Amino acid sequence: MTETPEIQLPEDKPLEIAGRIYQSRLLVGTGKYRDLMETGHAIEMSGAEIVTVAVRRTNLGQNRDEPNLLDVISPEHYTILPNTAGCYTAKDAVRTCKLARELLDGRDLVKLEVLGEHKTLYPNMPETLVAAEALIKDGFKVMVYCSDDPLLATRLEEMGCIAIMPLGAPIGSGLGIQNRYNIRLIVENSKVPVLVDAGVGTASDATIAMELGCDGVLMNTAIAQAKDPIKMANAMRLAIEAGREAYLAGRMPKKLYASASSPLDGTFF
Amino acid sequence: MQVQVNGETMELPEGATVAALVEKMALAGKRLAVEVNEDIVPRSQHTEFALSNGDRVEVVHAIGGG
Repeated sequence: MTETPEIQLPEDKPLEIAGRIYQSRLLVGTGKYRDLMETGHAIEMSGAEIVTVAVRRTNLGQNRDEPNLLDVISPEHYTILPNTAGCYTAKDAVRTCKLARELLDGRDLVKLEVLGEHKTLYPNMPETLVAAEALIKDGFKVMVYCSDDPLLATRLEEMGCIAIMPLGAPIGSGLGIQNRYNIRLIVENSKVPVLVDAGVGTASDATIAMELGCDGVLMNTAIAQAKDPIKMANAMRLAIEAGREAYLAGRMPKKLYASASSPLDGTFF
Repeated sequence: MQVQVNGETMELPEGATVAALVEKMALAGKRLAVEVNEDIVPRSQHTEFALSNGDRVEVVHAIGGG
């Protein structure tokens, strides 16, 4: 055997959520599109297999004669991930999840998000912890939107959340990953999937999240509010794949100074 | 009798069921979930569950969200 230094590459674990393996690491929302047709097309182009929805009173949302969202985004084709968006208390979030489970014939996968205040929509972590505990006790499989605090992420994992979803930046801000260091720490510490949820603005932001080792990215506004959402959905699909490949390939070390790419021997000048 | 449905007062015949309410809202056969006084009423019980005066009912469905 020749002595070659052992190259340590990250393990290529498939994305597994609630016992199901997913090919796509891009999760998408269904809000803020022009209409349901655009929603359907963008989601198809994104390649996403997990799609978030909100739960609201029937007098809000669509016109009576319009098709229902779940007719376009069918629970037979997609894993529907109901969210608790708009909830500011653990109690409202738990109620929303119970309604969602009834709505989706007993499916118990939920995206828990409890918000702190209107301006930043920053996660309210004390209420999130209370809601997560109640939901897990009630048999829900909780994917949790949270702050990028590594200690709280660990706490949520220990409680039994099945995916940790720290924000990259505030919901709908499109600012990109604001604290790569914390996201990296959460990825390092976590045994359950870590997905950046919120804050992605364009393709490079999604790639950065994947290069940091995240298992996936959840986004809505970055696609829905692009000038051409269908094209952006495709860009995001490619960005997620590129970032994942780069992570698995193991990037070169950063250096302060240049290192010539062409040989210095054999020059004729 | 009067019940609160999605935050609005609605007049219903005495003893009306959840199924009758859903029918009246022109939502029969749609994918929805119903809560009465903050407790889920499973779809299988919609035809039997009788509403009472003053009940607070929520009828929800899935809409676009992130």
